[in-house]
Amino acid sequence: MKQFQYIRPATQQNVLDAITKSGTKIIAGGTNLVDLMKRGVTAPDKLVDINHLPLKGITPTKSGLHIGALALNSVVSENALVLQKHPLLSLALKAGASPQLRNMATVGGNMMQRTRCTYFYDTTMPCNKREPGTGCGAMEGYNRMHAIFGASQQCIAVHPSDMCVGLAALDAVVIIAGKKGERRIPFVDFHRLPEDHPETDNHLAKDELIVGVEIPDNNFAKNSYYLKVRDRQSYAFALVSVAAALDISGGLIKQARLAMGGVAHKPWRLYDAEKSLVGKAPTEENFKVAAQIAMQGAKAYEYNAFKLKLAPASISEALKHAAGVV
Amino acid sequence: MEDDKSLLKPQQGLHPEDNSRRNFLKQSTLLTAVALTPVAAVKAAESHMDEKIAEAFEKLPLKMEVNGVAKSLQVEPRATLLDILREQLDLTGTKKGCDHGQCGACTVHVDGHRVNSCLTLGIMVNGKKITTIEGLAKGDDLHPMQEAFLKHDGFQCGYCTPGQIMSAVACIREGHANSEMEIREYMSGNICRCGAYPNIVNAIQEVKEGGIAV
Repeated sequence: MKQFQYIRPATQQNVLDAITKSGTKIIAGGTNLVDLMKRGVTAPDKLVDINHLPLKGITPTKSGLHIGALALNSVVSENALVLQKHPLLSLALKAGASPQLRNMATVGGNMMQRTRCTYFYDTTMPCNKREPGTGCGAMEGYNRMHAIFGASQQCIAVHPSDMCVGLAALDAVVIIAGKKGERRIPFVDFHRLPEDHPETDNHLAKDELIVGVEIPDNNFAKNSYYLKVRDRQSYAFALVSVAAALDISGGLIKQARLAMGGVAHKPWRLYDAEKSLVGKAPTEENFKVAAQIAMQGAKAYEYNAFKLKLAPASISEALKHAAGVV
Repeated sequence: MEDDKSLLKPQQGLHPEDNSRRNFLKQSTLLTAVALTPVAAVKAAESHMDEKIAEAFEKLPLKMEVNGVAKSLQVEPRATLLDILREQLDLTGTKKGCDHGQCGACTVHVDGHRVNSCLTLGIMVNGKKITTIEGLAKGDDLHPMQEAFLKHDGFQCGYCTPGQIMSAVACIREGHANSEMEIREYMSGNICRCGAYPNIVNAIQEVKEGGIAV
């Protein structure tokens, strides 16, 4: 690993001052960043340790639940308020990584993690995300894990997070601090599609810091589920994952939320499928229709065509679990 | 995880403004090289004097408690907790498997919580309490989990075992050892290529059911 300078600024303001310089990166849990540094995928000159900032709290607000950016994945997944109000988020977190990694990984760091595309990780291969302009090794390579939605000619990598899929489905909001104060953006708008700039994963500016996320109160707690399909039963990245949340009243679906992981450069919300479920009965037939709607526009590559079948089957299965009609 | 506030105050050498020491170092070594005779300069270069001097300047103080003993070290920021334990403290019980957070062989406890020491920068555990496999036994008395692994043959080659045992102890402490399914899920961060999984699960179940405090 390349040598770097390590600093631990005392306050959030000092952190914001320190991160403006190029070559500087924030470190929280470090579970992805340290790995990327070991492999030479990234080589910052300076690391800014933010772990001592008071951003660990999980607190109810007027209209939702605030989760600090430094709250650990393990802590959030077992927090009583999260389990009571948003069990979907707990399920998504527990589906990710291993217990050891969840004890280190933070909410903000989880959002900032990079793709696990093997061509991104292998510094001997071309990768537009790692080195813009060098090409995409995955496009014509072994692209079994790659995107079926929203990819570009530059990049077909997927975002690896489970937590983010849950937060996208739950209409979370990201709270970001910058020099001019705080701004809030919908979670679904935090990550971006690759387009012509796959090197940029999200809309966080260089001089900004994620301070937390807020999940608005909802009626999904009774009927939600996170389904993760992977090569082994635990501790593997998703081939496809589905966050499903239903608000069922009087035998009909009043509201639905659906998001997928493992299929796009960002957590992939299935808006049209959600709309198709409103006013319908929570039946397998209706779920299958929604799943087919969700697949419109999907495009497979040489080795990931199986996802075109796996994804709709997973959507339908996740909805059945959420509705309790398994 | 409560942090010791006093240890988290920015220390000397950790301020962004201290960038100047690097520049000072570059300038001073350049001046030294100019002042030296060519022969001496070549000799200095051959013995990597620059690197040695730079290294001394780049090291940061790290205070932590390892298995109940206070340690005060100087470490490079890039040194992982795993490498510091093994190479600076000679605690080679903690194993380096994949070195990328994928196998769990390096699992230790930081302030009572299991983590992958290969992905933990040593400087970031300043002020914390570390427990390694060497810290489980009390003198010659093995920890109940160590006894159970022996009894149930919870290993073959043994390389993953220190990580498995550290994880197993945490698994029970966390309350995640209530069924075979739950144990398998919460031990999934520890890979055993010999495939001793059934015996590992048996060992954990016995300790859990024995009700002995771990």
